[in-house]
Amino acid sequence: MGNTSILSILIMSMLINNVVLSQFLGICPFLGVSKKVETASGMGAAVIFVITLSSIICGVIYEFILHPLGLDYLNTIVFILVIAALVQFVEMFLKKSMPSLYAALGVYLPLITTNCAVLGAVLLNVQNDYNIIQGIINGFATSVGFAISIIILAGLREKMEYNNVPKAVKGMPFTMFTASLMAIAFCGFSGLK
Amino acid sequence: MQENSPAERIYNGIIKENPTLVIVLGMCPTLAVTTSAMNGIGMGLSTTVVLTLSNLFISLFRNIIPDKIRIPAFIVIIASFVTIVDMLMEGFTPALYAQLGIYIPLIVVNCIIFGRAEAYASKANPVSALFDGIGMGLGFTISITIIGFIRELIGAGSIFGTPIGNLSDFMPSIFVMAPGAFMVLATIITIRAYIINRIEEKNGTRLEVVHTDEDGAGCAGCAFKDNCAGKSTKIETAAAAPAVSAAKAAAAPVNNAAANTEASAGSKAATHTEASAGSKAAAPADASSDNKATGKEGDK
Repeated sequence: MGNTSILSILIMSMLINNVVLSQFLGICPFLGVSKKVETASGMGAAVIFVITLSSIICGVIYEFILHPLGLDYLNTIVFILVIAALVQFVEMFLKKSMPSLYAALGVYLPLITTNCAVLGAVLLNVQNDYNIIQGIINGFATSVGFAISIIILAGLREKMEYNNVPKAVKGMPFTMFTASLMAIAFCGFSGLK
Repeated sequence: MQENSPAERIYNGIIKENPTLVIVLGMCPTLAVTTSAMNGIGMGLSTTVVLTLSNLFISLFRNIIPDKIRIPAFIVIIASFVTIVDMLMEGFTPALYAQLGIYIPLIVVNCIIFGRAEAYASKANPVSALFDGIGMGLGFTISITIIGFIRELIGAGSIFGTPIGNLSDFMPSIFVMAPGAFMVLATIITIRAYIINRIEEKNGTRLEVVHTDEDGAGCAGCAFKDNCAGKSTKIETAAAAPAVSAAKAAAAPVNNAAANTEASAGSKAATHTEASAGSKAAAPADASSDNKATGKEGDK
């Protein structure tokens, strides 16, 4: 997959292999933070920020340190630590230098460490043999795909908040049925291949 | 059964606090790899191995690891075992490894493992922690195998990879695709909620407390609105405490310290506090469930 074009990576990761609706990564925030469009877009923005940044850093670490030294098996440990540290640094940096952005994203940042979409995107970069540029594009596209689906789900949930549904379906099952219908819609994108 | 005895821990993991169906943690693998029952067993057992070993080692090291850096320390311990399992599976079960793919390394970020480390293993003795890991792991394995079994049967018309006649010609293959995962899990949780509602109506008592969530970001991270343990807890069971903290730990691990102090203060107002540990900002924690949690933890 060494020479996959950038456009095809973008479409593949954003729509066809949508990170939430077809890969099931980052399900927890997807179902947990999707009650209002406002919070969902905050989470989406924070995820775009962190995934893109961690694709860059993990890409560099893999390309110049781990791979040349034959330490590929350390991928998982190194990447998760890098992501955890990165989130901390981003948070401290934002708090000091960009308080307005921090106010918007701050709450979501600590939660992103445990978001498997971040680690998933980085590991997929390595698994697909993407170079650094392709990796960054893939990370960006993945996170935009996450943002798209969480915002759509939040929009749907806002509309349906006062719908009269049976007691047993209320809450989580209802959200999951909605997500299921969204996933069917996203299946349609597989024709784009 | 005696509290924290091996048998009690295993029963607790499989039935009372089943991580998938009761606490609703670790949703990503639950939805992703359950296209067949075999995949469910494979994923479940590898998670069980990691969970058991990480629980044991975290418990052994619990007095050595300083409180402030416990999160990175747990991550390193868990990630090491995941790497070991990953390499063993690549070597010995290549077919299954290819099927499960990226979800094996992603066991690192499985909320169940982190939740148990934070909520139970870091406070319990090694033997209880070991059996807690086995129980929780088996609970996870059993539930995702059931989900895989259902999806395989109605989606592909086969049982454990063996096709039943030409059943597959009539079965809607959407159930082995992505939408089916959401649908099957949602149905199972609905049925469970329905049964609980019926029992409650019959007995006139409430089995579960469902908290209302004020804003979407409340229990965010890994938490699941109404079915997450932070949101719904069986009142009468004293062992509900680990469940609550498990969900909380998974949602925002660093907040636990802050959340606990809040809870012991017993003030519902102190929801938004800065967590000192790791200088992370505290996500708004669910104060009401915190109060309950500490109350129960105090008993132990």
